[in-house]
Amino acid sequence: MSLVVKNITKCFSDFAALNDVSFQAEPGEFLALLGPSGSGKTTLLRLLAGLDQPDTGSVEFDGADYLKLSARDRRIGMVFQSYALFRHMTVAQNIAFGLNVRPAKERPSKAEIAATVQRLLKLIQLEDLGKRYPSQLSGGQRQRVALARALAISPRMLLLDEPFGALDALVRKDLRRWLRKIHDETGVTTIFVTHDQEEALDLADRVVVLKDGQIEQIGKPLELYRHPQSAFVFEFLGTSNEVPATVSDGVASFDGFTAPAVSPKALSGAQTVRFRPFDAQLSPTGPGFEAKVLSLLPAGSSLRLELQTPDGKVFETQHAHESEASDLKLGDTVFVRPSKVYVF
Amino acid sequence: MKVRAPEAPKSFPAFVLLAFAVLWMALVILLPLVNVLAEAFKQGVAPYLSSIVQPDALSAIRLTLLVAAIAVPLNAVFGIAAAWCFTRFDFPLKGLLLSILDLPFTISPVISGIVWVLLFGAHGWFGAFLQANDIKIIYALPGLVIATILVTLPFVARELIPLMQDQGTDEEIAAVTLGASGWDVFFRVTLPNIKWALTYGVLLCTARAMGEFGAVSVVSGHIRGLTNTLPLHIEVLYNEYDSVGAFAAATLLAGLALVTLVLKSLLEWRFADELAAHRRH
Ligand SMILES: Nc1ncnc2c1ncn2[C@@H]1O[C@H](COP(=O)(O)OP(=O)(O)OP(=O)(O)O)[C@@H](O)[C@H]1O
Ligand SMILES: [Mg+2]
Repeated sequence: MSLVVKNITKCFSDFAALNDVSFQAEPGEFLALLGPSGSGKTTLLRLLAGLDQPDTGSVEFDGADYLKLSARDRRIGMVFQSYALFRHMTVAQNIAFGLNVRPAKERPSKAEIAATVQRLLKLIQLEDLGKRYPSQLSGGQRQRVALARALAISPRMLLLDEPFGALDALVRKDLRRWLRKIHDETGVTTIFVTHDQEEALDLADRVVVLKDGQIEQIGKPLELYRHPQSAFVFEFLGTSNEVPATVSDGVASFDGFTAPAVSPKALSGAQTVRFRPFDAQLSPTGPGFEAKVLSLLPAGSSLRLELQTPDGKVFETQHAHESEASDLKLGDTVFVRPSKVYVF
Repeated sequence: MKVRAPEAPKSFPAFVLLAFAVLWMALVILLPLVNVLAEAFKQGVAPYLSSIVQPDALSAIRLTLLVAAIAVPLNAVFGIAAAWCFTRFDFPLKGLLLSILDLPFTISPVISGIVWVLLFGAHGWFGAFLQANDIKIIYALPGLVIATILVTLPFVARELIPLMQDQGTDEEIAAVTLGASGWDVFFRVTLPNIKWALTYGVLLCTARAMGEFGAVSVVSGHIRGLTNTLPLHIEVLYNEYDSVGAFAAATLLAGLALVTLVLKSLLEWRFADELAAHRRH
């Protein structure tokens, strides 16, 4: 086990930003830390990097007590949302910084440093821009330089705090792929903070979901998606529709029809159940929840509908282009039947 | 990134305002400056030169430069330390302390001089003690220096605080995670980022230190050739109706101010580009 975090608690005055957080990371694992704004992601990352001390708990890395080490000695590569590049240094000087500040005994020779910088410039595909200043780079390029700078110190672990937060969707997707590739090449244990569930599910080996300073669930992306342990995780990972139902023995009964019900806790009785947009069937007649078509939007390879029930509730559903939904028009009345629901 | 030059005024009110501003500047800045030169050279170049090289004048120049040479570096160090504390740490009464830092800007320089007399003068709190140990502060160089320090205290700090606030701590934190020691962080990251603002603040501080009259006048005692700085020397000569001497010395002081001004403008020009780069960053 490479990183072991146990029972970490961190309070700011009397507000608990982290509450009894424990998780582990395997050597070379790519872990995503997913949570809404204010859930304590940055606080956790700062504790791991040694920029703050937890009130209680322990952080071990390869068996060593990391809380005893200063930020300087932990050798953790950190990439910030704000890039935090040294503005008065060129790209090459930025990348070389971590090597140049090593004590004389451990410092590589000038030639070795130059070679490392060249290698990293190549890795981040900015070979020709070593002499530029950060202000002369695009946001995506800056973030790549920040990553190269962190990699230059041969970090034991890489921490990235919403590194692509300030970039547009297209660049994000590009960099995401590229980051994963670099991770696979270097094999360094990586923790990636994001509040974008798509990014987390797409990138990580495992995802840690944080809420209000506590861990809601840890799991592989697919596991998380298929077996959410709480309503929060379910709703955070995608669009959710709510309806009332009576649940017993894994079946949810509605007015005139039933659907399989997935539940982590084997609940029964009258419950609020949730379903995903593509777990909905439409038909021109009942049974089902009666609703009017509010909007029809093509969403890539599928069709997205917004449906409003007579009492004002709005469902969001998703269907194949060639399906019962393809002939609908705005204002049509349809009946919605969830085909699979989740109970928490 | 250069700002596009504003257009020339087209409307009548704009023209009137512009004309007024130009006239006003000519009246209150240019006219006195020209007058200083005219008076200094009224009797020709020879009297001008002879009044500058007389021993009292030379000693006043030396003393002015010496006081500035001691006060400015001390204030620069203080300014960096204060700006560092104010922008990098949170502590109680921070707002109050920041306002106190501005006090030398707002109180009359005479008061900045008198407080030292009240502390270190013959009848001051420490007067007896100083006299017993034969330490001279008031009416001597130390008095001039501390009065000047007090008057020019905020210049460097005030220049640095907004900039350092703006730049934040991200780069310093990044440097620490990359393994930099405290000194490395300061000399390789913090200092290079503030060097232009620091230079600018030091220049302003120097200009003020050399030109200071009120505070210095109180603690100096006006001993000719000993405790008269250039501004005080000018006053003494003027009171003695030696107008050529007074104005000749004034040209020196104005010259020092002009040199500072040119350096400052050069820096502003330089600094503006850097600032723009920082903003774009
Ligand atoms: N220095 C601090 N002093 C007081 N409260 C703090 C401090 N730092 C963080 N907090 C609080 O701790 C909580 C967690 O903050 P944190 O920055 O870790 O959130 P986050 O998950 O990174 O959010 P975001 O996605 O917005 O970056 C927030 O409620 C924040 O207000
Ligand atoms: Mg954050």
